[in-house]
Amino acid sequence: MIAMRDFLTGRLVPVLTILVAIVVIWYGAAIGLNGPVIRDFEKRAGETSEGMAFILKTWSQPKPTMPAPHQVAAAFWKYTAGVKLTSNRSLIYHSWVTLSATLLGFALGTALGVVIAISIVHVPALDKSLLPWIITSQTVPILAVAPMIIVLLAAIGVTGLLPKALISTYLSFFPVAVGMVKGLRSPDTLHMDLMRTYSASRAQVLWKLRIPASVPFFFASIKVAIAASLIGAIVGELPTGAVAGIGSKLLAGSYYSQTIDIFAALIAGSICAILLVTLVDITGRLVERRMGAKT
Amino acid sequence: MSAVRPNWQALAALVTGLISLAGLPFTATMGTGASLLVTAIVLVAAILSMLKLRPVAQAIILAVASHFAAWLLIGGLADAFGTAGFGYFAALAASWLLAWRLVTVLSEMKFIAPVAKRTIALIVPAIFGIWILILWEALTRGAGVPFVLLPPPSSIGARIVTSTNILAADFVQTVVKAVLVGYIIGTFSGFLVAVMADRFRFLAAGLLPVGNMVAALPMIGIAPIMVIWFGFDWQSKAAVVVVMTFFPMLVNTLAGLAATGHMERDLMRTYGAGHWQVLAKLRLPVAMPFIFNALKINSTLALIGAIVAEFFGTPVVGMGFRISTEVGRMNLDMVWAEIALAAVVGSLFYGLLALAERIVTFWHPSYR
Amino acid sequence: MSTLPVISAKNLDLVFQTGDGSVHALSDITLDIEKGEFVSLIGPSGCGKTTLLRVIADLEKPTSGEISVNGTTPEKARLDGAYGYVFQQAALFPWRTIAKNVALPLEIMGLPAEERTSRIKRNLDLVNLTGFEKKFPWQLSGGMQQRASIARALAVEPDMLLMDEPFGALDEIVRDHLNAELLKLWATTQKTIVFVTHSIPEAVYLSTKIVVMSPRPGRIHEIIDCDLGADRPLDIRETPEFLKIAHQVRDGLREGHSYDE
Repeated sequence: MIAMRDFLTGRLVPVLTILVAIVVIWYGAAIGLNGPVIRDFEKRAGETSEGMAFILKTWSQPKPTMPAPHQVAAAFWKYTAGVKLTSNRSLIYHSWVTLSATLLGFALGTALGVVIAISIVHVPALDKSLLPWIITSQTVPILAVAPMIIVLLAAIGVTGLLPKALISTYLSFFPVAVGMVKGLRSPDTLHMDLMRTYSASRAQVLWKLRIPASVPFFFASIKVAIAASLIGAIVGELPTGAVAGIGSKLLAGSYYSQTIDIFAALIAGSICAILLVTLVDITGRLVERRMGAKT
Repeated sequence: MSAVRPNWQALAALVTGLISLAGLPFTATMGTGASLLVTAIVLVAAILSMLKLRPVAQAIILAVASHFAAWLLIGGLADAFGTAGFGYFAALAASWLLAWRLVTVLSEMKFIAPVAKRTIALIVPAIFGIWILILWEALTRGAGVPFVLLPPPSSIGARIVTSTNILAADFVQTVVKAVLVGYIIGTFSGFLVAVMADRFRFLAAGLLPVGNMVAALPMIGIAPIMVIWFGFDWQSKAAVVVVMTFFPMLVNTLAGLAATGHMERDLMRTYGAGHWQVLAKLRLPVAMPFIFNALKINSTLALIGAIVAEFFGTPVVGMGFRISTEVGRMNLDMVWAEIALAAVVGSLFYGLLALAERIVTFWHPSYR
Repeated sequence: MSTLPVISAKNLDLVFQTGDGSVHALSDITLDIEKGEFVSLIGPSGCGKTTLLRVIADLEKPTSGEISVNGTTPEKARLDGAYGYVFQQAALFPWRTIAKNVALPLEIMGLPAEERTSRIKRNLDLVNLTGFEKKFPWQLSGGMQQRASIARALAVEPDMLLMDEPFGALDEIVRDHLNAELLKLWATTQKTIVFVTHSIPEAVYLSTKIVVMSPRPGRIHEIIDCDLGADRPLDIRETPEFLKIAHQVRDGLREGHSYDE
């Protein structure tokens, strides 16, 4: 009971308050940003509206500078529940296109990152030569190469899902590799000495000590990696003039200044991100609980 | 005990070196004599590296032999684009194996002096980087990979030299204007909001989970909105950077301010210190590693934000603009030049922050 | 019948190279340990007692000198599973239950499942942890964790136990209790035990032989026989015989300049 009450007053109520505040500020911003445009329009038309009528006008423009929350919600509802799943206008369809590239790239990137981390931990030459480059390359804005990778792969005949997925792979592999090197090295000397007194082989140390010890690091890094994967897939959809995916919706919205559509696509992207991160989070918790972590 | 100590890199170099003899001469402009010289260097060095010599002597032999062979091989490609035969690539593989052996020897050296350790920690990755360039150059030019697919590093370097004014203009537009302005506004406001929210427990309790969630969202997607609001010039890119850098700073500062231990806070209470005194003397110093973490994350995010936002429309200058248009024109050497610039800027930015962090948080256990 | 000593060290030297010079951790160590003995290594920090134990266990290599364990090299002895090692901390794997932790060395040795199960049961029984098989380490008290780690060392069924201040991190009440249990265990299993400690009463209470060591460089100052007999109730610590030996050990430590600094 007490835990429940702590959760309500300590977490839920403050979070809800902040969310409500964001919506209120959003509505306010819609008045402030759309107002001048309407005033301008009215001056030319020779009309004036005051008070509530004016405010309602700012919240119901067809192509507003800042769409009001309910306009975005209505558009989001229309493009998800209001159209067929296979329709080109369905945000669920576009989200799925982006998500499939994200997941494929994430899976490849995670596998690659784990393999590289295991090699780095076992081969001193790789540790000294490759690891510094991996760490440095995290400081480089690697997304900048996205357009080139897409065009390069198109030039050698690789199109569709794979190029986007490869950008996701590229973005997700770095955090996993770095996090797993840390995780595989996390066993303290006491545990390593213990394994030595058992004359354990390198493979046994890896399976029985290094890998179990790295599990918390693994989930922490794939949480970063999956968010990066999604960004990679979205950005990967920009330069191709892609026909499908959240990135293509953003691009189309920006061509026609359809702010409502852009916001609806952003909401779809955000929901994908929250779903993915939550999924990783829950899996991580379940696995760690099975491995005896304190709850 | 025999005087020979075989290792797989040297053995493989020996085998590939011998294979290269079946493919003489290596390229159209490389004579048989020059080709034989390369093979001879590789074979001799491979054999020497299997003798029981001191590690330093081995390292010197391997360093000289592998890099001299590589230099000859790359020189042999002059006016011989795409004419390299299998002998050439076998010799290249052999010299690369020697370089791998060199890295292995250097990594296994045990040094006690900190200076020697640090030098090795710099030299080994440098050799790795140099060999990436050597292999890239030799493979693209030797095998005749079309420029539009993957230009060799030498032509990227040439492009950087001839396009310094374009690169400088792009740098000013993207980094000096968009990134710096956005970064400063975004991180400062994130910090200020965190410090103010921290005054009220309720606000901090609500902002932390929301901020954490927002930090995981693809915020880059607001770029088209910002372009509509603030126009094509750098202001819209700076706005994207502000939004992208605000939340990591907010979340990290809040977490850092909450990281103070009970004992330290109780100690400050026994002194009768007020809120701002506790903040200045205890909680901000403790929060510094968190704040620097956000500053470092933000340095990368800011560059990404500014470059990607330019894909949504810009005046005809800027790194993101250049990348997307030159990709369209298949001028990949220019694209690579911009990527090199972005890499240098990114690592310098990060490096400066890491240096500042060392100076400010010198007391942190990770620096001992 | 004369048997070879289980552990025999002759003129052992070990020098560590560090960034700010070299540390002479062990100097001219000569020591024989017979089968079935309970030998304590005692001394202040920096006297090399833990290092000596680690050399016996092949966790460190001596710079010079000779050492044999079970009549062979420490490395060979380690590969044969000749000893069980108990660390200062329990060093249990937090992701394994108590039973699974005891199973760890048995898995590495490649024992079949039924043999593992019976050894786990037998050894947890021996340290009075029956019923805690399914618990995770953090659900146990510090003393129980250390008992589990002793069970883990015993499960290998070694002839020898190497114990590095196993009870150093526990409070005195728990420590007394575990000392008594360890003595019982030693009496029933007849194992050779090498025990590192910095507590004089603990050393005298447990040992048949006490090796007093002194620091800088780490060396053996004195070897004291401790013939209190096999039956040692906890009250023995108030007897004059006990106090005499304890006094002898304290003198030895003082002569070794152990109380400097």
